Amino acid sequence: MQKAKQCLKLFLVMFRIGLFTFGGGYAMISLLESELVSKRKWVETDEFYNMVAIAESTPGPVAINAATYVGYKLAGFLGALAATVAVCLPSFVIIFIISLFFDAFLSLKYVAYAFDGIQVCVIFLILQAGVKMLLKLEKSVWNILVLISVVACMVTLSVLSIAFSSVWYILITAGLAIVLYLFTYFHARKTKEKGAEK
Amino acid sequence: MIYLTLFLTFLKIGAVSFGGGYGMISLIRETVLANAWLTEEDFLNFIAVAESTPGPLAVNMATFIGSAQAGFLGALVATLGVVLPSFIIILIIAALITNLLKYAGVKSVLQGIRPTIVGLILATALTMFVTQVFGFTSVGDEFSFDWKALVIFAIIAAIAILWKVFKKKQFSPILLILISGGLGIALNVI
Repeated sequence: MQKAKQCLKLFLVMFRIGLFTFGGGYAMISLLESELVSKRKWVETDEFYNMVAIAESTPGPVAINAATYVGYKLAGFLGALAATVAVCLPSFVIIFIISLFFDAFLSLKYVAYAFDGIQVCVIFLILQAGVKMLLKLEKSVWNILVLISVVACMVTLSVLSIAFSSVWYILITAGLAIVLYLFTYFHARKTKEKGAEK
Repeated sequence: MIYLTLFLTFLKIGAVSFGGGYGMISLIRETVLANAWLTEEDFLNFIAVAESTPGPLAVNMATFIGSAQAGFLGALVATLGVVLPSFIIILIIAALITNLLKYAGVKSVLQGIRPTIVGLILATALTMFVTQVFGFTSVGDEFSFDWKALVIFAIIAAIAILWKVFKKKQFSPILLILISGGLGIALNVI
């Protein structure tokens, strides 16, 4: 009974967060912080930031990851389920309704004109998101090398219209990162052993 | 079968998109263009809608494409597909390996792919910009310069950058979308 009540509370809080988070995951983090940490004290500050780090570094939308994590911590599997469904539900309903009318909406002359401008704006927003992440990136040899190769490869292949999924870029760099990690790990151990022998 | 295709496609997108929001733009774009689910312009229109409505971009995208392709059930399976990987992965982490990020190996892989994500976003934006402004996508296409697009881009960029420099704050993306819509109407009517 206690658990069902907890799940319901989680559902309502997450539903509200899903309804009011514009601009995706990162905007949600501050909202989550005020709801879960400051207001309700469901999660400690330290654990909250640990959770954000996990949500950001695992695949998938940050909002979903955070909801699942908090839900599980507070009320187990059912809590995770309630929180995740709740955070998705507002978008799902709103977008579904929009999808029914979007084509009719776009066929209005002035709306079509407006979207001519909006398309350009969206490209700017994507570029802005990329540049923002670029500025946060540490200027290491690996980062610069990988970044330049990915951009060069992707632009070239796109111009030649050769299909090559983004998934491969991620998998290949992940593979290279593992190899590099293992190499430095064993190298460090070897030199340590040598040092010990002396 | 369309439901299965939608489910599996969004399952893949959910499973490999790191970096949240725009991190999955390149993959979603490739997928919708390859399947002819949306044109480049539809795709841009819809990102504007997703940006101006609440909720994660990936969920909005999945719901919209699913609905456009196969109605309510399509929207449902696509959304389920994009959410499921996160749900399972986070459950495993929350239940079993709370200190996942403390392992040096995990950390180095996560940091290692960061420049790739940034590169994917930048390259996608660049490709879209050239397509939109110069009408050029791949070898063999004629160039057709769209001065209106370039003017709007310059104005939008100037507003956002000046705001950032003088106000030290990010200009609201929704407001930016509204301004660009106004500019689109103005330039088309003149």
